[in-house]
Amino acid sequence: MHPAPPTPPRTFASLSPRSLLAYYLAKFRAEFALQIAYRGSVVIWLIGLVVQPLVSLLVWTTVARSNGGEAGGFTTGEYAAYFIVLMVVNHLTFIWHMWEFGWRIQTGFFTPLFLRPIHPIHNDVVENLTFKVVGLVGIVPAAVILAIVFDADFGNTTPGTVAVFVPALLLAMALRFILEWTLALAAFWMTKVSALNNFYGFVTAFLAGMIAPLALLPAPARVLASVLPFRWTVSFPIEVLLGQLGARTMVLGLGLQVLWIALAVLVLRRMWGVAAARYTAVGA
Amino acid sequence: MHALTVIRTYLKLGLLNVLQYRGDFVFQVISIAINLATALLTIGIIFDQTDSLNGWMPNELMALVGIQMLMRGLVTMVILPSMEAFMEGVRLGTFDFLLTKPADAQLLTSVSQFNAASIANVVIGLGVILVSMGRLGAAIGPGDALLFVVLLMAGAVIVYSFLMILATCSFWFVRLNNILVIFSVMFDNAGRWPITIYPVWFRVTLTFLIPVAIAITIPAQSLTGRLDWQSTALALGLAGLFATGSRLFWRFGLTHYTGASA
Repeated sequence: MHPAPPTPPRTFASLSPRSLLAYYLAKFRAEFALQIAYRGSVVIWLIGLVVQPLVSLLVWTTVARSNGGEAGGFTTGEYAAYFIVLMVVNHLTFIWHMWEFGWRIQTGFFTPLFLRPIHPIHNDVVENLTFKVVGLVGIVPAAVILAIVFDADFGNTTPGTVAVFVPALLLAMALRFILEWTLALAAFWMTKVSALNNFYGFVTAFLAGMIAPLALLPAPARVLASVLPFRWTVSFPIEVLLGQLGARTMVLGLGLQVLWIALAVLVLRRMWGVAAARYTAVGA
Repeated sequence: MHALTVIRTYLKLGLLNVLQYRGDFVFQVISIAINLATALLTIGIIFDQTDSLNGWMPNELMALVGIQMLMRGLVTMVILPSMEAFMEGVRLGTFDFLLTKPADAQLLTSVSQFNAASIANVVIGLGVILVSMGRLGAAIGPGDALLFVVLLMAGAVIVYSFLMILATCSFWFVRLNNILVIFSVMFDNAGRWPITIYPVWFRVTLTFLIPVAIAITIPAQSLTGRLDWQSTALALGLAGLFATGSRLFWRFGLTHYTGASA
């Protein structure tokens, strides 16, 4: 005789907004204390998050300099600005859950999350947001120092572009979180997801504008980046802040972000139901 | 020789392990292919915009990518997993068992783990080096090739000794795994490009780049004929210095190991 497996919460609205808020506040406090306690690991993560865009910055400013100060429509200072903003935007949008779900399933760590009367996604949202807040303590000074050292050119950044940057960034955070959290659900079907994750990382590296500004990619890749959600998860807020886009493109971009989020939420709800029903663990 | 027998036995065990987890090996190969594609496509995008990257040509950068993959394979095959196991052993006290074995402790520590899946990295890295050497053409004589192999070995010795020194610190500081993570981050990101494109402060402040540079950039320079004798001497001299230094430091550190029950 097997005891009936716990029925996982399937809807997002099973809690009242007030109790959800209380959950978020309490969970944030706990998570904050936890990450402060393990600050060593946080610093290591931050070093990775700084070094990667820093190396790209060094490579591309070298490209511009080897070419007489300008390459592909970007000057040395504009490359510096691009990769510094990329560092901040990437820190604020990235999530690690697709690397964690396989482990969670193999070790049975998911079981307690299923037993709680709240959707597991809230746990991950808070964990992720806390890391972003804590991490800003390192990322912001790094960005300021790099902007000074590399003489970053923010000449086209105006109060107007900053005003659009804020919603573009928030939408990008939501979109990338939902997309990658949905992708992480693949671990419910596959025992080994590293190859899938690596492939996804490869595609985003190019199509989200992490390796190089999208403007430098061949035309088909640029089209693909705009038609698929990738550009709207990372590159778009950077382009907005640096004043590379016209008013119409900015409005269109925000609209596409909202559209992709709506679509991604639909897929996520559908996939989550199927994935949760498949979940089996020792003892369940 | 006793030492060789020990190494051979550990390698054989590692190989048997990979035969057990064939699926894992396939995934590893896929991931390496993806890494290679990323590196080569990035080089392609860069040379759409410029003719040279601070004097480096596409085929030369491709050779550098191959060397980085080869070195990464060597490091992740034996050195890094063994160092991680050693640090864990010191923390848990299981290092006691290793000390009681009738072989040199540093040797046993260095080869205790063998991640055979990294062989793929070594093989693909070698393939990339050979292809780019072919494309670089007749410029490479037998003398250059020999120098290249010697410098590669010097680089491997320096990386090994550097990590050995870091690992030895765990006799005093118990939680050091993070240092190895920083090394991997630097090796995987900064190591993909010639060190000569980095500003001096970046090269100097991040000492982690010293072994990376000597292991990757200097051999690549020898292939592309831009190596002066000073760099060669520096690489060989440092290899000797690092190897001796790590050995002495290890023996000194060992006297500070108190063991789990002592």
